[in-house]
Amino acid sequence: MKQFPEYFTLWHIAGHYALRVFAFLVLFFLMMPILVMMPLSFNAEPFFTFTEGMLSLDPDAYSLRWYQEIVDDQKWRLAIWNSFVVGIAAAFIATTLGTLAAVGLASPWMPYKRLITALLLSPMIVPLIIIAAGMFFFYTQFNLVGTYTGLIIAHAALGVPFVIITVTATLSGFDRTLFVAGLSLGASPVKVFWDVVIPLIRPGVISGGLFAFVTSFDEVVLVLFLAGPEQRTIPRQMFSGLREQINPTILAVATLLVVLSAALLFTLEFLRRRSVRMGGAG
Amino acid sequence: MTDIAPGLIPADARNAAREVRKRKLQAFLFVTPLLVFVIFAFVAPITTMLYRSIHNPTVANLIPDTLVALGDWSGEEIPDDTVLIQFAADMKRMANDRTSGQLADEINRALPGMSSVVKSTARSLRRVDDTEIATNGAALLIEANDRWADPATWSAVKAAGQAYSTSYYLTSVDLERGPDGNIVQRDTQIYVKLYTKTLRMALIITVLTILLGYPLAFYMAHASDSMANFLMVFVLLPFWTSLLVRTTAWIALLQTNGVVNSTLLAIGITDQPLELLYTQFSTILAMTHILLPFMVLPLYAVMRGIDQSYMRAAMSMGSKPLGAWYKIYLPMSLPGLSAGALLVFIISVGYYITPALVGGTDGQMISNIIAFHMQQSNNWELAAALGSLLLVLILVLYWLFDRFVGTDNIKLG
Amino acid sequence: MKKHLTLLAALALTASPLAAQDLTVTSFGGAYGAAQKEHMIDPFVAETGMNILFEDYGGGIAEMKAQVEAGNIQWDVVDVEVIDLERACSEGYLEIIDQSVLPAGDDGTPAAEDFIPDALANECGVGNIVWSIVFAYNTENGPGPQTIADFFDTEAFPGKRGLRKRPQVNMEWALIADGVAPEDVYEVLSTDEGQAQAFAKLDTIKEDIVWYDSWSQAPVLLNDGGAQMVQSANGRIFAAIQEGSPFAIGWDSHVYDLDVWAIMRGTPNMDAAMEFIKFATQTVPLSGMQDVAYGPTRASAQALLPESVKQDLPTAHLDKGLKADGIFWADFGESLGEKFNEWLLQ
Repeated sequence: MKQFPEYFTLWHIAGHYALRVFAFLVLFFLMMPILVMMPLSFNAEPFFTFTEGMLSLDPDAYSLRWYQEIVDDQKWRLAIWNSFVVGIAAAFIATTLGTLAAVGLASPWMPYKRLITALLLSPMIVPLIIIAAGMFFFYTQFNLVGTYTGLIIAHAALGVPFVIITVTATLSGFDRTLFVAGLSLGASPVKVFWDVVIPLIRPGVISGGLFAFVTSFDEVVLVLFLAGPEQRTIPRQMFSGLREQINPTILAVATLLVVLSAALLFTLEFLRRRSVRMGGAG
Repeated sequence: MTDIAPGLIPADARNAAREVRKRKLQAFLFVTPLLVFVIFAFVAPITTMLYRSIHNPTVANLIPDTLVALGDWSGEEIPDDTVLIQFAADMKRMANDRTSGQLADEINRALPGMSSVVKSTARSLRRVDDTEIATNGAALLIEANDRWADPATWSAVKAAGQAYSTSYYLTSVDLERGPDGNIVQRDTQIYVKLYTKTLRMALIITVLTILLGYPLAFYMAHASDSMANFLMVFVLLPFWTSLLVRTTAWIALLQTNGVVNSTLLAIGITDQPLELLYTQFSTILAMTHILLPFMVLPLYAVMRGIDQSYMRAAMSMGSKPLGAWYKIYLPMSLPGLSAGALLVFIISVGYYITPALVGGTDGQMISNIIAFHMQQSNNWELAAALGSLLLVLILVLYWLFDRFVGTDNIKLG
Repeated sequence: MKKHLTLLAALALTASPLAAQDLTVTSFGGAYGAAQKEHMIDPFVAETGMNILFEDYGGGIAEMKAQVEAGNIQWDVVDVEVIDLERACSEGYLEIIDQSVLPAGDDGTPAAEDFIPDALANECGVGNIVWSIVFAYNTENGPGPQTIADFFDTEAFPGKRGLRKRPQVNMEWALIADGVAPEDVYEVLSTDEGQAQAFAKLDTIKEDIVWYDSWSQAPVLLNDGGAQMVQSANGRIFAAIQEGSPFAIGWDSHVYDLDVWAIMRGTPNMDAAMEFIKFATQTVPLSGMQDVAYGPTRASAQALLPESVKQDLPTAHLDKGLKADGIFWADFGESLGEKFNEWLLQ
């Protein structure tokens, strides 16, 4: 039994428990849709709802047929492949350029810092539909619509703000005297950058890269406007599935994606703790 | 630059200034590759869209000669035969290149109903002999459709022929230029209503996320560390889960034979499945769910730093909990609240995917109509104008955010 | 870490497990798409070894228009409803097809005589099926509507109506339900008053309409109770009935139409696209469309159909039907489409 301060009346205590119940209800609201959806993906019937057999835990009512369907369907295989190719390439571009830029932005000498930061962060704020329309108009002129290159460039631009934010956060906890110490020992700035700065900000770089990857991996609006049939990604395939014929294959894909995001979440949490241990801010 | 360090001799000051310039350049060089990339990949596209909203050269490119001939037309009666003959020749050419449809679309936007006139005229002139058109083009044109004898038709052609025009902006606020050049209301009023509805839905979603998110963040912020970390997983897991996945989950829950309806039927609350999916209700519900973590995370970050002893002190001196919360805690948690609220509001105003999938017809927001004009009606200029207005709206909100919260305060995870 | 990433990126970009596609064929998916895959795509792939990406779309010309106007052709061959064909062709989104190279029927009849006249009426397409837009209902909910007037009668037949979200067919049905004779429908619809009349009639059931985007959704709506009655392509309902669904088709005032195979204008794969169309419109592949109760467009393919199937084909019900007017929709598709969407948002 929890100890309450003596000035607490019965109402205070009731309020305390009401708050706790409410908080748990909200958490339930957050998790429930995902938790309900996952078992439905093992439905043996082509429905989106629990059958009698599923409720009575009859093993025959459960099956892996929708997972088998993902494996068998050429379109899903292509979509999975595309999502990883585009996501990794976009994250690579965003992380490389973004890390360099974050180092520049962290310098006290950086001119127009506020303006440039706002500009580099703006892809995060501008609605995707506007970005998609603009890119469709502009990329068409360079024949980039319907190509991998176009989609990768577009997704890289979306990932940039996340890299800037995470790397800047790590750099703000970075002790600049280390840089000076390195220089005073006679190392070149480039060498100091590679041997001192990069190892220290690595957790920030990796989590920025993960953010950029997830951004691309989850993105569908730009794909709708910029990708051709050959560049369909997982979310794009899900989008058309939801619009046209709903069947539990989508639930199976969704379940796999939940597992993937859980894995990413724990990776990031691990990185954050490591970064805290190493003296940077996560 | 000369007053960097007063008291230095000029030569040293110059050296110092040079050093500062060098360091500035160095810092800037680090940023340059990304800046160039973002300008190409992101800024130029947005600029193109802004430009597109006022620039549409389609008609000017299709019938340049007719437009030149129309240049000194008075606008009062039917243009000269030279204009009509030139236009008839242009129509024949377009019918054979199969570009008359583009002209029909454009003129139809200036004067609704012209689409069929242009297309049927093109069809009837398609196989007429060139010399016949050169001599008798004007009569053939009017014979094909007598609306070519109406000056209003030619005003529409002339208006559509202008490469630069603000008409798309007028349309996007439900206005148009009347025949006498005055700006009047359009017959159908949709876009202003849609902007209002979008803002109203975004506001409802923001309020709902506050109502749900604030108590949750409060509870978590003042729970023990291990409890808070454990509960945080249940906020972060949905946050990290794909948007499409969460929308899919809501479709599974809300559809006619879905989990919610079967449960309600089974426990006898209703005897008819409720119509939950494809409504404004489902859009707001799903978006509240999707955006709730954006409210909880900044609130939690701020509340975690609030010392509860002030509240306790007030309460131990007899203040009611709600009173103490209102006077002491709320002002201290306000930075988190405003960050979360503005973030949720900005994101919801531009939302596209969830309304598109669960919104039906009455859950559609402004982004959906932009997508509609991009993909279905192919009225790209109108889409650009609507998008530009939305962009202005977002930038104003972003500016407010920067002013009151500061973009430095954006934290992830 | 950078090295790893570079390596991954390089691998990713060079070593795709799926060979480049030779041809992208786009059609309507669902049961119809499955029949096309079985009788046209798969045999073609087996014969030529080409790699085909078989895509779905919801119909309409918007996507073709976007591809052509942006100069970025992503589809090669596309299945087009004739209701959209005239417009797509006259606006320049499709290639003109040389119909003289089409192979003769299996019984030796030259193509020009073997195809029914409507199948080759437009220079941009080669007829693929005769199909029809019908209404259908779930028989488990008691007696369903028998006429289009019933379909618009929400008192006698309460419940949701699933309609495809576009003006085509809905406008025609609204006028017929309002008492306009089928042969006058397009004439009335070309006037402002006629259009207003159609929208007024649609207004009477607007609250009860569930709009859908793609033909494959119609049987799903009937099945999961999202709608009591739907507008549908006849083959989708036929396929569902074959699988045991308790559906019934109403043939009153059905709007029949053809689908054609057409080629996107400016496709880089013109030759392969033409090879595919030549293959897919032969006698045997066409006769396979009976799987979904769509009539083949060649006399020689019709001859292959068993008597029992013919009752379910649109051709057995032409007396009750209305022929979809592609030319009308070429002229009015754009303007009515805009009015329709403004009406939807009101």
